[in-house]
Amino acid sequence: MMKPKTKFLVGGGIIVAVVVWLGLAGVRESKTYYVTIAELQAGDSAAFSKRLRVAGDVVNGSIRRDGKKVSFQLKQAEHLLPVVYVGTEPLPDTFVDGAQAIAEGRYQPDHVFVAKHIQAKCASKYEAAPPGAAQKAASVAE
Amino acid sequence: MEQIGSFALLLALALGIYSVVVSVLGARREKPLLQESGERAAIAVCLLITVAVACLVSLLLRDQFQVAAVSAHSNRALPLFYKFAALWSGQEGSLLFWSWLLSVYSLLVVVIYRRRQEASLAGLMPYVIAVLMATQVFFLLLNNLAANPFSIWADMSAGVPRLFLPADGSGLNPLLQYPLMVIHPPILYLGYIGFVVPFAFGMAALITRQKGERWIYTTRRWTMVSWGFLTCGVLLGARWAYVVLGWGGYWGWDPVENASLMPWLTGTAYLHSVMMQEKKGMMKVWNMVLVMGTYFLCIFGTFLTRSGVVSSVHAFAQSPIGPYFATYITLGVAFSAVVLVTRLDYLKSENQLDSFLSRESSFLFNNLILLAACFAVLWGTLFPVLSEAVQGVKITVGAPYFNKVNIPIGLFLLFLTGVGPLLAWRKTSLESLKRNFAWPIFIGGVATVVLAILGVRKLAPLVTLFLSVFVTATLMAEFYRGARVIRQKSQLGWVGSLVHLTRRNTRRYGGYIIHFGMVLIFIGIAGSAFNEEKQVEMAVGSAMEIGGFKLVCANIEQIDNANYAAGRAVIELYQEGKLVDRLYPERRFYKASRQTTTEVAIRPRPAQDLYVVFAGMADNGRDIVLQVFANPLVNWVWMGGFVVVLGTLTALLPNKAAEAIRAQAAEQARGERATRAESKHAIQA
Repeated sequence: MMKPKTKFLVGGGIIVAVVVWLGLAGVRESKTYYVTIAELQAGDSAAFSKRLRVAGDVVNGSIRRDGKKVSFQLKQAEHLLPVVYVGTEPLPDTFVDGAQAIAEGRYQPDHVFVAKHIQAKCASKYEAAPPGAAQKAASVAE
Repeated sequence: MEQIGSFALLLALALGIYSVVVSVLGARREKPLLQESGERAAIAVCLLITVAVACLVSLLLRDQFQVAAVSAHSNRALPLFYKFAALWSGQEGSLLFWSWLLSVYSLLVVVIYRRRQEASLAGLMPYVIAVLMATQVFFLLLNNLAANPFSIWADMSAGVPRLFLPADGSGLNPLLQYPLMVIHPPILYLGYIGFVVPFAFGMAALITRQKGERWIYTTRRWTMVSWGFLTCGVLLGARWAYVVLGWGGYWGWDPVENASLMPWLTGTAYLHSVMMQEKKGMMKVWNMVLVMGTYFLCIFGTFLTRSGVVSSVHAFAQSPIGPYFATYITLGVAFSAVVLVTRLDYLKSENQLDSFLSRESSFLFNNLILLAACFAVLWGTLFPVLSEAVQGVKITVGAPYFNKVNIPIGLFLLFLTGVGPLLAWRKTSLESLKRNFAWPIFIGGVATVVLAILGVRKLAPLVTLFLSVFVTATLMAEFYRGARVIRQKSQLGWVGSLVHLTRRNTRRYGGYIIHFGMVLIFIGIAGSAFNEEKQVEMAVGSAMEIGGFKLVCANIEQIDNANYAAGRAVIELYQEGKLVDRLYPERRFYKASRQTTTEVAIRPRPAQDLYVVFAGMADNGRDIVLQVFANPLVNWVWMGGFVVVLGTLTALLPNKAAEAIRAQAAEQARGERATRAESKHAIQA
């Protein structure tokens, strides 16, 4: 007959082990690597087999709609990346020319990024300056 | 106006620091006057922050766009109600709002406890004030240095700063222009900040090495209220995501959502494990750790939401406040840990675990499981940050990770919800297990078999249903058993007996009501396994089918007003050939912020929501793209939320028996005073 405390420790140990195991399996299933466009184009072939996430600005006038497929170009520090969106969800409302976007998907050997998900944030963020003036905020307390 | 607000904040900071210093000094040197001064400073801080908030509200309402926080979150055409709500929409305003709520809580603590003469409380008070004010000082530092809500625009084009007045503001983020979103932040903040109070009392008890459970009794109501607000806040956030964001779901494991869930998990664990300390004198160290953990997770939650450390869909801000939070949390955790470790000998457990099958062990498992969930969520949320620090690559994990870990954890927790309350303290006999659980397990089994025969073939929903019926049956049995006894002893009917029963032990039966609410929420979540989704292009007159309905696009209209321009589809809903409803999904373009949003049309029913999104225009420019979801049982989540609130309110009511005792005590006290007065008279005479 085990002591109650031992029993609890065994039970707790099993629970913790199960949770850790589930966690590791979950990470394996859904991990996605953040890469920059420059890293992507540096030509590491391992990149083709991973789920990736790239961020950049949507190049003005590059958005082309072709049925459900949407293609556009992302720009990050002078590097351009052609992206084709093939996801099922409609693109977010914030996805427009010049928006900051995050594309999630895989990089194809033909150097096109095929995205399953797109997130976008308006270029003129809510914290941004009002239109028509470039100023700096100054505190009255200063 | 902005000068007044700015100076009020500066003065509040100075007084906050003063309050911390004199409270600690007053306690260490046992100088009551210094302690009193610390309390008064806390009151003054509250008044000053109130002035600052009033200033910002007035600036917002009067369209004073020279103030950056006003022009960034408001505009002339914004409805008055939302101009007011813009107070907590931006980073600066919401941090000020945080400070203000904390100062109000501190004021309440001072007002309620300063006149109490009990030695145990009087000894704690200076440190309680010091901890409250130290937290306040941190937020006031942010308000004054990193995110000043009264910063004004300056025109730098001439080389020297000149006052600049924008003609109009850039408007409130349209996603926030929604009544639920107006009350969601204050409610969530009331929950976050409420946990500062039990933390302050816990720290004070620890610092003064006070023995006993006094601080736990004192803060029980505070904890319950905070927990209630936090629960509401989390659910309101989910509801907002569901109704406004238009992706058909309510929980996406977004860092901001996780930020509110984590303190909820540790807070829930704390609410359960304090019972172990009250009843058995066990788990004292553990409770301290939980109350500290909850406090730091609340601060951390504010940090996650406001700093943009983990990129999130709706982390609207990316700002320089990150280092401040990181420093505060690091120092705070280090300080708390040192205080805890140096006082471990005061927190010795008075009892041991007697049996594996006991209430005690069910509480231990409950805590272990809640903490495991919290760690899993924290780990997943911080995965990008951690992987970047360790491996140099930023890796994110998505919803599959969180679901995989948390679904089994949630189901185990549901199981404990049914089993735990029926296990006896110390030791439960197999006989009583059979007596208590045979019927609930049988009923649950029957319900599961019926559902399986009806064609439900997925494992997780079947297990959820079995456990839900099982837990509900045990809860009903508890109420039934208690009420039956009362009914036999008194003249009351069944309803009267149930009310009487609940009022005799509000904490226990309120807790049961909360458990029932959680069951409803679980059922609602299980329903999401059967969601359907379709996306179609529709012209006027065309039709589609989903979830037993036929949807016909009857018309496409244009709307235009000062705040936004919109396209609106009129969708007719047919069931078995009959017109049952009309839905109006909209797609709006907000003029001030130049943003497009969708207004989801939802037809809510207990069995199934129909959720229609005007997703965009088709390529021909005439037809619309409609995205339609059929979401079974999702309303059970919100119903469960209401039941949880009801249970929390019930648990906050004083017990009837306790009331009687208190009345008796008051009677006695009056009697004693009368006798004393008489004897005084006698002496004087």
